[in-house]
Amino acid sequence: MFAQKTMAQTADMAGLPAGEKGRSLWQDARRRFVRNKAAMASLPILLLIVLFASFGQFLTPWSNEEVDWSLLGNVYTEGGPSWENRHYFGVDETGRDLYARVVQGSRISLMIGLIGALVAVVVGTTYGAIAGYIGGRTDQLMMRLVDVLMSIPYMFVLILLLVVFGRSMFMLFVGIGLISWLDMARIVRGQTLSLKNTEFVEAAVATGVSTPVIIFRHIVPNLLGVVIVYATLLVPSMIIFESFISFLGLGVQEPLTSWGALINQGADHMRYVGWMLGFPLLFFTVTLFALFFIGDGLRDALDPKDR
Amino acid sequence: MTAYILRRLAVAIPTLLLLIVFSFVLMEAAPGSPFDTERGVPPQVLANLEAKYGLDRPMIERMGTYIWNVVTRFDFGPSFTYTNRTVNDLIEQGFPITLTYGFWSFVVAVLVGGTLGIAAAVYHNSWLDYLAVGVSIGAQVLPNFVMAPILVLIFTLWLGWLPGGGWRGGQVEYLILPVIALSTSYMASIARLTRSSMLEVLNAGFIRTARAKGLPMRRVIFRHALKPALLPVISYLGPAFVGMITGSVVIDIFFSTGGIGQFFVSAALARDYSVIMGITILVGALTIFFNLVVDVLYAWIDPKIRY
Repeated sequence: MFAQKTMAQTADMAGLPAGEKGRSLWQDARRRFVRNKAAMASLPILLLIVLFASFGQFLTPWSNEEVDWSLLGNVYTEGGPSWENRHYFGVDETGRDLYARVVQGSRISLMIGLIGALVAVVVGTTYGAIAGYIGGRTDQLMMRLVDVLMSIPYMFVLILLLVVFGRSMFMLFVGIGLISWLDMARIVRGQTLSLKNTEFVEAAVATGVSTPVIIFRHIVPNLLGVVIVYATLLVPSMIIFESFISFLGLGVQEPLTSWGALINQGADHMRYVGWMLGFPLLFFTVTLFALFFIGDGLRDALDPKDR
Repeated sequence: MTAYILRRLAVAIPTLLLLIVFSFVLMEAAPGSPFDTERGVPPQVLANLEAKYGLDRPMIERMGTYIWNVVTRFDFGPSFTYTNRTVNDLIEQGFPITLTYGFWSFVVAVLVGGTLGIAAAVYHNSWLDYLAVGVSIGAQVLPNFVMAPILVLIFTLWLGWLPGGGWRGGQVEYLILPVIALSTSYMASIARLTRSSMLEVLNAGFIRTARAKGLPMRRVIFRHALKPALLPVISYLGPAFVGMITGSVVIDIFFSTGGIGQFFVSAALARDYSVIMGITILVGALTIFFNLVVDVLYAWIDPKIRY
């Protein structure tokens, strides 16, 4: 009852006709997102791919490490996709089940994308909001550091890191964590600068709220839209980044694999057989398409001035 | 303007030094020496080798010598795995190749992407616009390591029109596939950027004025709209250039073009630290220099930029 009343009062204050509810920013955004056909079609596809990566291995008797000895010598002639021997996607050049390898590779690639985005959200948002809100010399110093880190050829430095400390998942995550937050920090700082001088922040300052609380309770929630949009767009670029390294043979190590490593192996055999390149490539492109469409949809929904 | 350039240089030079120190320390931190072989080297031979490459001296001294040689003579020292060849030899051999296809990829990306973007904006919501948007979305999920196998599959294996690798002094038919593979995703980004900024400019008041005066559309576009519309594109040229240099790693591996990327990856796999460092520093210097040029260009063209 009470909630109803306040809603009506707000509507009244906003000059809306009686009985009509005002729409919040998020409701508006949801409406805009739902109207975007490409983004809406991408959601179930992405969900299917996530399910495939999570539970796909339960549908096959083969593991990603097991070699099918009966096919080892004649992979090109007999190793293709087949229902009878349960190699749905065929086998790779050493007779391992490609379906199980794609499931495993999808898991790694998606995880890398998520972790990259997560680091960017946590570190980038905190860093950018602090730099932007405090301003002055601190801001100058913090953003100069971002400038310096950005002008380093990170791909080469990451390869150097992988060579020096040995190739491992952990180093890959470190490398991705080191670079993924830079853009986010810049974007968040820019937004914070414009939020800093708004009335509600001024009110918070006037009532004696401490600086950390202002940053995390008043500034950051208002940045959420922008952060979500760029985090979504960061997932595909992190996946591309990892695939690039794995394509060069410097990323994840056997028996683990990722889309980039699978595409590389498939490309080695493409002049004889197509399935080794085709299946990993299909998953790679479909996932990236879906992520880009969802990211674009979210941008149009949450950041309408950018259209 | 001079002050701005000087101030940017004041950041660029320490950045580069930082990169050199960072890579040097990393190299020192690496376990094992470049002369670790499976059979082991007799102690006397090892001592001689270390004396030859100066590894018996303290680290600070070697770092000082290294930086001095790089800064004053552009000398990156000898390679550890290619006997009797210096890092400079390898760079002299590979860099012109990388630069050749990198330059053409850059030209293609800017010209084709820019034209496509402008055409899409001018004929907004026509079939041309939809085609341009479709192409640029499609190209986004096709990074160079995905484009390369697809192109070879189509143009070499199926159609047999173009060679699938090699360089032969940079003859045109050996140049086409690497340039397309390297430029596609940047072309797409440039097309998207140009389209959206051109659309914004075409809706601006001064364009309406120009058209109201009765100027022909072509003159309005080329004399009035083009310059402000290309501003955001210029700031993208820095990252695009860096991406193309990084992409050369994939191009060299996949097409056996023999550029610096090939040396970089084989050095990374063989732990040839001096080659890795030399190429990292070279690319770092190029990156920093190119970003500087782009920023200065931007400040020079756009009077609104404060510097």
